[in-house]
Amino acid sequence: MKSANEVLAPRNSHQNWGPLMELAAKEVFELMLGAQLKAVKDEPASPFDITAMVGLAGQLCGVLTLRCSRETAARMASKMLGTQPPTDSQDVKDAFGEVGNMIAGNFKNKISGMADGCMLSVPTVITGTDYSVHSLADADGVELRQMFDGCPFLITLQIHS
Amino acid sequence: MSINALIVDDSSVMRKIIERLLRQAGVDLKGVYEAGNGVEGLAVLKDNKVDLILCDINMPVMNGLEFIKQLPELENGKGVPVVMVTTEGSESHVVQALSCGAKGYIRKPFTPEQVKENVLTLLAGKI
Repeated sequence: MKSANEVLAPRNSHQNWGPLMELAAKEVFELMLGAQLKAVKDEPASPFDITAMVGLAGQLCGVLTLRCSRETAARMASKMLGTQPPTDSQDVKDAFGEVGNMIAGNFKNKISGMADGCMLSVPTVITGTDYSVHSLADADGVELRQMFDGCPFLITLQIHS
Repeated sequence: MSINALIVDDSSVMRKIIERLLRQAGVDLKGVYEAGNGVEGLAVLKDNKVDLILCDINMPVMNGLEFIKQLPELENGKGVPVVMVTTEGSESHVVQALSCGAKGYIRKPFTPEQVKENVLTLLAGKI
């Protein structure tokens, strides 16, 4: 089942996946949050203290990571729910994980043969900044700095070939 | 006519979004039951009758495809129309879901119109 915006890219061209990831994220934010994204280059002023991770396994192995501040994540949850920013931190974590899940799913659906050949894990959400991620990534990944509603966030895809 | 709906998704936020979109689509919801996975969904149906089920595929404990395969075994599950709402978008997932008994398929991210169109079409055939 293909969406109107679907673009199928070859599965072996990691270097071309940046624009696909950007398109996947853009569609998720436009359709589910009613928000536009803007690419940025600057480092964020505030620390990124919430992280959503979605694992990919199969023909594409890796981890998609979404990072931002908790305030930004609360704003995303607010847009998704159509309410004021939730005070329930569980809703914020749930919404943030679901954004990561939808970006990962939308991204893999854009790569030829990957929709079937790649499985997604349920999202994991980490709060705080005092941690390090050591993945088994051994191929060029994708890193996108985006701005949502005036707030920066980071999407990365680490690939294990 | 008002209906009871069951929404099965491991994201509570997604369940709330789907409920909101059903109401926006003009579906008169008498009751909304929620479940975080297939096992919880089956437990809801043991004691409650519903007219419509919206169900994710990728969930812990029991996924959506296993869940809908088991629906015919439950008195309250037989013949209930199911719409899959999932990030899984491949043709084979759609075929698999339809062969397991799903009547509709919505890929995340989705528009309110997609939810409305799928659900109202199904309900028009049932009610």
